[in-house]
Amino acid sequence: MADVMLMKEIETTADRLGIDLSTVDLDSISLPPGQDFGILSDDEDVLQGGDNPELDIGFGNIIIVDNLPVVPREKFDKLEGVIRKIYSQIGVIKEDGLWMPIDPETQKTLGYCFIEFNSPLEAELAREKTNGYKLDRSHIFAVNMFDEFDTFMKVPDKWAPPEFTPYTSGENLQHWLTDEKARDQFVIRAGSDTEVLWNDARHLKPEPVYKRAFWTESFVQWSPLGTYLATVHRQGAAVWGGASTFNRLMRYAHPQVKLVDFSPGERYLVTYSSHEPSNPRDANRVVINIFDVRTGKVMRDFKGSADDFAIGGTGGVAGVSWPVFRWAGGKEDKYFARIGKNIISVYETETFSLIDKKSLKVENVVDFCWSPTDPILALFVPELGDHPARVSLMQIPSKDELRQKNLFSVSDCKMYWQSNGDYLAVKVDRYTKTKKSTYTGFELFRVRERDIPIEVFELENKNDKIIAFAWEPKGHRFAVIHGDNPRPDISFYSMRSANNTDKVKKLTTLKGKQANALFWSPTGRFVILAGLKGFNGQLEFYNVDELETMATAEHFMATDIEWDPTGRYVATAVTSVHEMENGFNIWSFNGKLLYRILKDHFFQFLWRPRPPSFLSPEKEEEIAKNLKKYSKKYEAEDQDVSMLLSEQDREKRRMLKEEWDKWLNEWKRLHEEEKLERQTLRDGEVSDEEEEYEAKEVEVEEILDVSEEVLSFEE
Amino acid sequence: MRPILMKGHERPLTFLKYNRDGDLLFSCAKDHTPTVWFADNGERLGTYRGHNGAVWCCDVSRDSMRLITGSADQSVKLWNVQTGEQLYSFNFGSPARAVDLAVGDKLAVITTDPFMDSPSAIHVKQISRDPSDQTGESVLTIKGPQGRINRAVWGPLNKTIISAGEDAVVRIWDSETGKLLKESDKESGHKKTITSLSKSAEGSHFLTGSLDKSAKLWDTRTLTLIKTYVTERPVNAVAMSPLLDHVVLGGGQDASHVTTTDHRAGKFEAKFFDRILQEEIGGVKGHFGPINALAFNPDGKSFSSGGEDGYVRLHHFDSDYFNIKI
Repeated sequence: MADVMLMKEIETTADRLGIDLSTVDLDSISLPPGQDFGILSDDEDVLQGGDNPELDIGFGNIIIVDNLPVVPREKFDKLEGVIRKIYSQIGVIKEDGLWMPIDPETQKTLGYCFIEFNSPLEAELAREKTNGYKLDRSHIFAVNMFDEFDTFMKVPDKWAPPEFTPYTSGENLQHWLTDEKARDQFVIRAGSDTEVLWNDARHLKPEPVYKRAFWTESFVQWSPLGTYLATVHRQGAAVWGGASTFNRLMRYAHPQVKLVDFSPGERYLVTYSSHEPSNPRDANRVVINIFDVRTGKVMRDFKGSADDFAIGGTGGVAGVSWPVFRWAGGKEDKYFARIGKNIISVYETETFSLIDKKSLKVENVVDFCWSPTDPILALFVPELGDHPARVSLMQIPSKDELRQKNLFSVSDCKMYWQSNGDYLAVKVDRYTKTKKSTYTGFELFRVRERDIPIEVFELENKNDKIIAFAWEPKGHRFAVIHGDNPRPDISFYSMRSANNTDKVKKLTTLKGKQANALFWSPTGRFVILAGLKGFNGQLEFYNVDELETMATAEHFMATDIEWDPTGRYVATAVTSVHEMENGFNIWSFNGKLLYRILKDHFFQFLWRPRPPSFLSPEKEEEIAKNLKKYSKKYEAEDQDVSMLLSEQDREKRRMLKEEWDKWLNEWKRLHEEEKLERQTLRDGEVSDEEEEYEAKEVEVEEILDVSEEVLSFEE
Repeated sequence: MRPILMKGHERPLTFLKYNRDGDLLFSCAKDHTPTVWFADNGERLGTYRGHNGAVWCCDVSRDSMRLITGSADQSVKLWNVQTGEQLYSFNFGSPARAVDLAVGDKLAVITTDPFMDSPSAIHVKQISRDPSDQTGESVLTIKGPQGRINRAVWGPLNKTIISAGEDAVVRIWDSETGKLLKESDKESGHKKTITSLSKSAEGSHFLTGSLDKSAKLWDTRTLTLIKTYVTERPVNAVAMSPLLDHVVLGGGQDASHVTTTDHRAGKFEAKFFDRILQEEIGGVKGHFGPINALAFNPDGKSFSSGGEDGYVRLHHFDSDYFNIKI
């Protein structure tokens, strides 16, 4: 306890240094890890004070069980036996760890007991499992942690109205959208640094916004509308944002949080952690919390073993697939759902409870997904016995089945929603007659049309393997990479045909492309046909309106491709899965490389999403029509910038040259001064001609042949 | 620019050196026998036999009469360039890494690796005009830097010695007293092992290449950092054009990490940079492994590179090269 300052001393020191203590947020000060400047914190004191660190501190491992039957002495042993039996299934009760007090007057038990477990974890589990346990009709256990005793004691007897804190307006969390140059932001993580930057494509370089070392412990994530940046830490998750810089807006306590997920309207944050069980044969314990993003309040928590959350429908890998809770589309964040064994549990966010207080029973369901815009669920149920496999659309909250389709000899099924929720494509892998191989077909649902017509769609060569499928965002087209050879084909289709006959129309097929992934621009029309992994990062920028290739390029070893939210720029990145080449490239939508940044140990590149535009479709169309009028202004600006840039560049080069020449002349002067000394070193040899080489152009003429010819000339 | 491929070594190349006239090219490799070539057509003139270990470095006297070679067999040998006869052998207790002859060819600086209990060291030896007078005594021995000293060269007027090596620091020593005069700044200096060091033709500045994927240009007198050239690969070798303001960096992914997926993954290119603007001009591909050695012909019209693949590639520039404008 060396140099602990008293508050008074601190105040005087602050005064001397001219620091206004009231402006200093003492909580925000943290010491570098492993460094304590000789100041022992209070909790360390407790730890070090005890002789035996193994000694249990606090009463975290003790629970109180209430609502036990009141029994006389004769029955005491029997009751104790029953309780011991219940609780020793959950954890190890300490020796003498069960204490049931007896009223000295009546010689009867008091209807409660204390149980001390080996560890707080077991106590926590016991509380969770047996709170509400029905011993019999009139004895329903009420289990509490001993540590919570104080809290309950402090509850005042009378209700007092809560104090109202005056409203203080927060900063504009969407300030980044008001950027004058309408630039987009992105976040990168490389090494221990996390950095937010503007994509300044005009100046062909990123402009730093905010940088912080050790900002997160594993990853960062933008909220779906870009307002918040989420970071994860050992103690929980946090969100950052603000008008001018990145301040911490809220913290969400969740020890050892592993994964986070926002609701699409970014009202709620779902956090997930998984804990090793004390008994290695048990499955991991999973804790999921749902927080209100703005208030930081836990809206609902889910706890259980990993098995409860694993979607083991196909009987394959037993693991939790993230996100466990899938949110219904739209900004309202009204519903979320998760899949369980033979059920789908749909919750609504008003009460955070199940709709109609019960889960949806769907025998053998293996997969479901929400429409991105409407509360419509698409479910897939595989074949079981005599029942065929089926895909059905269900309206929530009415739970009405909108459409259903039975499918036969199905091996697997995948569902793809178009981003506006207009279409649903179901990729169906079917067995051939011999059941030895599979082939793929599509069922296309037109969700917006009456009765939701379904069209069966197959490729021309239906034995082609489907490598990738992607809807055009906001559009009516889709692209498929198919084929078995090392250079697959890519086909484009439209859901609309010329005379609107509701028939899928093929637009074109590109043969033999080095591509295995599709990346549509978020505004549609343009798509990048990318050859990742085995193709070493081949990129083809394709215009689907004109059906022509705009550019082909390569980002060697590229692992990730991300369009910016406006569809103006594309980032391709090589992340640390490769040892070399780490960094990212920024391209324009038509495949022009704008700039390239190399960073070792590059982990993440994420564009900051933008909320949807407020412009009505009519207004957007109008702008598109009068584009020339608007673009004039910006083109002039662009030109100015590029002029300025080249001017700056020239100036910089001139400066560098001048600097160099100055330095070189200084050297030459010194060199000349030392000439004689050098000669002596060389025993008087005069030749000092290190610099005497020059590039000279010498023209040599060689006469190869001379011939004379007499030409007759007529006038 | 069609290179001349010179296959005379059976092991990876380690060092290349032109004589002052630019008509001879000396190459060192891990295969024990330094070789001399005609720098014009790549014809092999002869070899110097006698070393019993990898040869790390060499230097040739101004009059092209003497060759000095440093080897992992713990010896530094003097040779008659013309006859290939061994004139003298300095023996050390540890592998010799770098050799450099002083102006006037009367002194040589030799570095030795840390070995068994002895730390790395810089030795200065007297070189006699007449080989029969040659002795093995050191004029000066400097110890201090940690790890290998990969290169040591003479400063202006033989007054200083510049050294660089595994500890990523460039140092300037007084060649009379062995006192440390200057040290490169940790902040601005290299972050990883310095693999190579090359002086400009007139000695005003020198270039260091490092595994931190950069090369840096320093003032020989003041050890001021002048320029930094950044690449995508570890740099094993550097050279500067005596004619144009070009520097060339060679290197590539460490041979032990070379992937099998694509030949481009290794980036075994010699990269040309503008010396003043620090911008990349172009690259010369060809080696199957990292480039370990680079040297410019003193006339600036050709350069050669030596690779882990055992080849020396001799490149005569096309006329276009002399008209590059950026």
